[in-house]
Amino acid sequence: MKPDPHNKGMSVIVKTVARWLKGLILLYGIYLVLYGHMTPGGGFAGGVVIACAFVLMTLAAGEDQGLSFFPKAVSSTVDSIGLLVFLAVAWVGTWWASGAFFKNVIDTPQQSYFSLFSGGTIPISNIGLGLKVGSSLFLVFTVLAAFRLIKNIDSKDEDTK
Amino acid sequence: MIYSLCLLLILVGLYGVIVSRHTLKIVIGLVIMEHGVHLLLILIGYRAGGQPPIVDPGTLPALFAGQSVDPLPQALVLTSIVIGLGVLALLVALCVRLYERYGTFDVTEIKRLRG
Amino acid sequence: MLVLFIALPLAMALLILLLARSRPALSDWLANLTLLTLAVLSFYSIGSSELYHMGGWVTPLGIDLRLDPLASLLLIVVNVVSLAAGLYSVEYMRSYTAKDHYYGLFLLLVTGMNGVILAGDLFNLYVFLEVAAIASYALVAFGCAHEELEASFKYAVLGTVSSTIILIGVALVYAVTGTLNMAHIAARISEIGMTSPLLLAFGLFICGFSLKAALVPFHAWLPDAHPSAPAPVSAMLSGVLIKAIGIYVLARLVFNVFGIGHGELTVLRWLGIISMVVGALLAAGQSDIKRLFAYSSISQVGFIALGLGLGTPLGMIGALYHLVNHAVFKSLLFLNAGVVENATGTRNLDELGGLNKTLPVTGVTSMVGSLSIAGIPPFNGFWSKLLIILACVEAGFLWAAVVAVAVSVVTLVYQLKVQRHAFFSDPKDLLTSWTKEPPLMSLAMAVLALGCIALSLLVITGLKTPYLISAAQETLMRFGFGL
Repeated sequence: MKPDPHNKGMSVIVKTVARWLKGLILLYGIYLVLYGHMTPGGGFAGGVVIACAFVLMTLAAGEDQGLSFFPKAVSSTVDSIGLLVFLAVAWVGTWWASGAFFKNVIDTPQQSYFSLFSGGTIPISNIGLGLKVGSSLFLVFTVLAAFRLIKNIDSKDEDTK
Repeated sequence: MIYSLCLLLILVGLYGVIVSRHTLKIVIGLVIMEHGVHLLLILIGYRAGGQPPIVDPGTLPALFAGQSVDPLPQALVLTSIVIGLGVLALLVALCVRLYERYGTFDVTEIKRLRG
Repeated sequence: MLVLFIALPLAMALLILLLARSRPALSDWLANLTLLTLAVLSFYSIGSSELYHMGGWVTPLGIDLRLDPLASLLLIVVNVVSLAAGLYSVEYMRSYTAKDHYYGLFLLLVTGMNGVILAGDLFNLYVFLEVAAIASYALVAFGCAHEELEASFKYAVLGTVSSTIILIGVALVYAVTGTLNMAHIAARISEIGMTSPLLLAFGLFICGFSLKAALVPFHAWLPDAHPSAPAPVSAMLSGVLIKAIGIYVLARLVFNVFGIGHGELTVLRWLGIISMVVGALLAAGQSDIKRLFAYSSISQVGFIALGLGLGTPLGMIGALYHLVNHAVFKSLLFLNAGVVENATGTRNLDELGGLNKTLPVTGVTSMVGSLSIAGIPPFNGFWSKLLIILACVEAGFLWAAVVAVAVSVVTLVYQLKVQRHAFFSDPKDLLTSWTKEPPLMSLAMAVLALGCIALSLLVITGLKTPYLISAAQETLMRFGFGL
């Protein structure tokens, strides 16, 4: 039986190089997310790069490999959890008497400006956003790529709901 | 002068939306329109000879405010790019589903709703 | 407390998507409890004015949420109609799969609308507008049938073009005034005056928001999108979305931010008059119930735009009152159309008949809704249309008043057509397996019908003073924001 052309991935050279590169791309994405309060980047840009790592894995090794690493159910859960983390961090700001939604409640001492652990609650929000954007972009890619373009003109397709 | 080039890009995108018969080309026209608007927003914040709006250790705030370009439009454009991405994903999914149902990408043939 | 209007439906949408993947009952409970909480909270917001600084940052640096009487009026309308539509969709969406996705998108729509109403600066307004709009594009296509996809594609393309036009307007306003906070923009515009970039931005805003509000040259998406959506979504779209992200934002920008004088209000008046006439005439010729109601929405939004475009206090009061009334009776009519479609399997008036005997609750509530929208005393539509017509006469536009009266007569004509063909004529043998209306759907429709009657009592007994008049005066007399 003919192997499904959508599943067998690309040639050996592409697969090997992708296997080396996906870790580096993921690391770069995590760097963009974590250092978002000091250098340009932040949750969204880092999340896009993280999603790119998974997309590269899916394109090079085939759909099954990509989905076995990051299945749709897991990615959907991570999606919701990412934004819930963001909202929870924002809500923590309302607990104190002078607080407001989104208030930066973790105080940063002056000498630790420009270091990784400064910026208060911003890195946590960035992580939440990075998770959300990465998983949701990967989900969009998987769902759209899984469309086999079957011509389903209505004469053959009665139950449209 | 450069603002009119942004406007030209927006108009090119709008032309694509109006004239195209292929649904995906309409979507590409929309994306070009959005790119034009983002470019306009960033250029509004530009200051000739300005520095990138990143604070290094040892920069004085007043000097920074006098030298850097305006960071607010850059934040607006980032948000707008994300919104555009969401709309793009939805539109492309709609195009694919339309092809599944109607069998064509041609907008002039997808016209069951009339009157 | 203001943040709850935005954060609560957003968090609940995510929780529903997380927890209720194969448990539709859980998603029903969570969604409807959230909507009930929001509706109750919106009644608590009456009479208070508040400026909430997000993150504790003061105004020039941070973003604010602003509550004033106009915003609380709109909040009540949006949240109560959402509650009714949410209750209705418990049973209506049973035949669709993926109820958790539906409720997730529905709560995102409510988040977006609440955000638009409460936003204190221009860019957050745009972001929440987009959240609501994208949720509505996905909801229109929810059933994935032929017409739904086609309608949603058309709606999405036109909506994206209008959002892009709005963003160009925001960019121009920022370039001229240097700030995005609406109160500060109003202050700067009062210093600078309406220079040409601001006039261009105003024109772009009119075009963009008229497309969201479906005023006539920009209405082409509405007759396809509103009938094709599932019935509770149609009720939300036609009842609150075109008003919360269209007319409300237009009123805010025209009166509070730009401070438009009588000269430039002409364009709003003309858009209103043309929408009234075109919408009514096109509605009279339809044979599909929901498409008829969709064209009727265009016509009624034209009334609201005419009332706003007069610029007088009486016109504002009439327009805002008509906004509230239309939200209630149009969503009621769409919910009725949904019951009719589910019970008989068709929406075509030529094939329907005699549903008063088999669907009694639907028959009574649709009679209430039809009489309200046609402007028959003592229902609420009569008072609001009367106020708008009197305001036209008072402002000196007699011919506009005559046109409004004529359009009201045409409205009566097509509503009677619906009533006669669908409810009063001889029954045709069409019923599917539904023998009676499910209880929650009847409850939702009854709540809205009682709302119609209560709103009319609000005028007769003089209770409308605290809610409507102050909201209207807030909008008109305030060039700039007082807070």
